[in-house]
Amino acid sequence: MYVAVKGGERAIDAAHAWLAEERRGDPSVPELTVAQIREQMALAVNRVMAEGSLYDPDLAALAIKQARGDLIEAVFLIRAYRTTLPRFGASRPVDTAAMAVDRRVSATFKDLPGGQVLGPTFDYTHRLLDFALAAEGTPQPAPMAPAPDEPVPHVTGLLDRDGLIEQQPADDTPAPDLTRQPLELPASRALRLQALARADEGFTLSLAYSTQRGYGRTHAFVGELRIGRVAVEVELPELGFAVEIGEVELTECDTVNQFKGSKSEPPQFTRGYGLVMGQSERKAISMSLVDRALRWQELGEDFTGAPAQDEEFVLSHCDNIQATGFLEHIKLPHYVDFQAELELVRRMRREAVQMQEAAE
Amino acid sequence: MTDQAYNFAYLDEQTKRMIRRALLKALAIPGYQVPFASREMPMPYGWGTGGVQVTAACLTPEDRLKVIDQGADDTTNAVSIRRFFQRTAGVETTERTTDATVIQTRHRIPEQPLAEGQILVYQVPIPEPLRFLEPRETETRKMHELEEYGLMHVKLYEDIARHGEIATAYAYPVRVEGRYVMDPSPIPKFDNPKLAGNPAIQLFGAGREARIHAVPPYSDVVSLDFEDHPFAASKADHECDLCGSAGSYLDEVITDDRGTRMFVCSDTDFCASRQAQGHRGRLSPQGATP
Repeated sequence: MYVAVKGGERAIDAAHAWLAEERRGDPSVPELTVAQIREQMALAVNRVMAEGSLYDPDLAALAIKQARGDLIEAVFLIRAYRTTLPRFGASRPVDTAAMAVDRRVSATFKDLPGGQVLGPTFDYTHRLLDFALAAEGTPQPAPMAPAPDEPVPHVTGLLDRDGLIEQQPADDTPAPDLTRQPLELPASRALRLQALARADEGFTLSLAYSTQRGYGRTHAFVGELRIGRVAVEVELPELGFAVEIGEVELTECDTVNQFKGSKSEPPQFTRGYGLVMGQSERKAISMSLVDRALRWQELGEDFTGAPAQDEEFVLSHCDNIQATGFLEHIKLPHYVDFQAELELVRRMRREAVQMQEAAE
Repeated sequence: MTDQAYNFAYLDEQTKRMIRRALLKALAIPGYQVPFASREMPMPYGWGTGGVQVTAACLTPEDRLKVIDQGADDTTNAVSIRRFFQRTAGVETTERTTDATVIQTRHRIPEQPLAEGQILVYQVPIPEPLRFLEPRETETRKMHELEEYGLMHVKLYEDIARHGEIATAYAYPVRVEGRYVMDPSPIPKFDNPKLAGNPAIQLFGAGREARIHAVPPYSDVVSLDFEDHPFAASKADHECDLCGSAGSYLDEVITDDRGTRMFVCSDTDFCASRQAQGHRGRLSPQGATP
């Protein structure tokens, strides 16, 4: 005898309680603290801040703990929390030329003003599992150098002085805000960059990679990659000047791309741009490649049908919270629709069989 | 137990105002998809974030809310959304269609006819009826602007040519007030006739796609068809095995591993009310009504 599927409420409560237990794991193993995650899982924290569009390492670490290390779930927690925050105002544009760099490398010049600074990078580590890490221990202190006091100008600025790279005139129009206005297509470059800055790292990486393999090739060089802290300034109307309210860590990537020139423009380099919260250079480089690929129309290039050139395709599918939500919603009951399909298929089968029999 | 950490019905007042503006525009242009600045909600996209935002924008403290999924009040996602509003808005909730002032639904229109003053909020996954014919938003918006619905009719015609009938069983496209072709959300086409001339306000929210559309009360809503192949609302050719109803939409339930089936109303409130009135079905403990 059929018993109606009741007890959804009890099932949910029990599932949540079980989830909380699983999240904690074996209680005889000490519990992770939020501070431990923030300090020792910093790159995960950075990714959650970037894709969550909220610069708060403590909240991001808490989200990672709550999400059992599922970073997309953590991004989701941050996004949902972000929705509820009142907005007091907008900061002035941050000045990345004045960044206190921890890392700054250029692939286009061997040396340049401000120098090459490797910083804390995995780049030249040998990817050998370090079994010593399985035990706890404090690493040897790294050698220190005094902070350089010379400025670290942008590489693209150096190219610009010689007219070798496209002009990028300053533009004071306020950038559109994806979190406050619906995405409208075609989108401006500012809006595209905003969407890419919070886009899924994996999706952005794969798109960028596809351009390197020929699907919308743009011949990119990393003109410069820099990671460091910049001051955030807010203009207070009562004071009439800007006040520094804090610092954020950013990763910025300028790519320099080949451009053969057109009827109106002599040959020169063009730009791709990536800017991501936290230390996240894979994402920043990917973003600048995708940005450049999306600029085909503006630069008078051909649309080759490559996914990375297709603004609507990229912008509609780059957000992992939208993607994962919609993907996973097919777990929800669809009895009603399935029932309708069942009737339809049965009816069509019946008719097909009758027609077959009539033909025989 | 209202959660004091959040504004009434979760969203802040500015956001609700923005959504209400979109709702008014949608009601003024029936069937037209109004873009709105959809917010991230604490449930995933695709799980009713559009409906939840619309409901949040409509709720007042005096409202009585009913939430259904697949016609049922007790499906897990309906429970989850109902709890969300109990927690953030503290409104009264009900399972009775007649008692509710706001009903949020996924995939069904209640069997009990709605009345003036009620609001039916649909959760919408893909608001664009032309999406599977043309994936680009820039193109489909143009097609709506120009009232260029030929592609849709060709698709329906091809169905008839190939299968002898229109092979769409749910999310069956309709035309609203003779102008916009609209996706009624994935309700079974059995429910389509209830869209027309309905005294209630029908609001459709698509969170991920950031669109709202609406059908005002007593609107003309026509399911697309051809003169020689008229639209027919269809359902399983059975009666409910619990309440004996012959006119309600039925879920098919497999009851053993030999493929024995029973059919029950998908609308749990409708079915329970009928049983309370003494109606019996084939498998009711007391047997069928004579």
